[in-house]
Amino acid sequence: MKVLAFGIVKDIFNNSYLVIDNKDASSVDELKAFLEKKFPALKELASYMIAINEEYASENIAIKERDEIAIIPPVSGG
Amino acid sequence: MNSSIEISAQPLNIQSCIDWVLSPGSGGVNIFVGTVRNETKGKKVIKLLFEVFESMAIKEMQKLAENILQQWPVHKIVIHHRSGELKPGDVAVVIVVSAAHRDAAFMACRYTIDTLKQTVPIWKKEFFEDGAVWVAAHP
Repeated sequence: MKVLAFGIVKDIFNNSYLVIDNKDASSVDELKAFLEKKFPALKELASYMIAINEEYASENIAIKERDEIAIIPPVSGG
Repeated sequence: MNSSIEISAQPLNIQSCIDWVLSPGSGGVNIFVGTVRNETKGKKVIKLLFEVFESMAIKEMQKLAENILQQWPVHKIVIHHRSGELKPGDVAVVIVVSAAHRDAAFMACRYTIDTLKQTVPIWKKEFFEDGAVWVAAHP
């Protein structure tokens, strides 16, 4: 499945998205652990959220194969 | 429709935002305009870039507007935000709120900009003479 990256996460992934296997990320918790292992720089961020289908998702939420995932680093609009 | 939500790659028109909320029943109109500052912590800002996760940003702005209209006796609300490259002095965001009386308009306008800064997926990259940073990314 496709994981969209924005802001500084694009720099960390060195790409605007990442394709990963659903078995590596069947919940938000798992996805974060998987990504942090692959990209330790994520742990240095002030915080980051996961959005599933354009909605902020909490840690224990399940991720399904067709979900659109986005990594949301600290926002700074306004 | 009581709310006007927009992400725009073009300059924002403050006057048209104000005109959109004006009505004979609205005795108070509150406006917040956020512009690009020319320095951050003493460093000169050359330009900045707003990256937007547009579909989600629109949804979050709509939620915010609905929340405002439920929470306060507000008539109309405009939330327009820029995307792309901006120079110091350019308008980054315009929020306009109309209500029968000023109290609701002031409070709702303040709440809108404060919440937008926390929840709407928009990212600011500031460019200095010696490099660039994504604002707020690191502690």
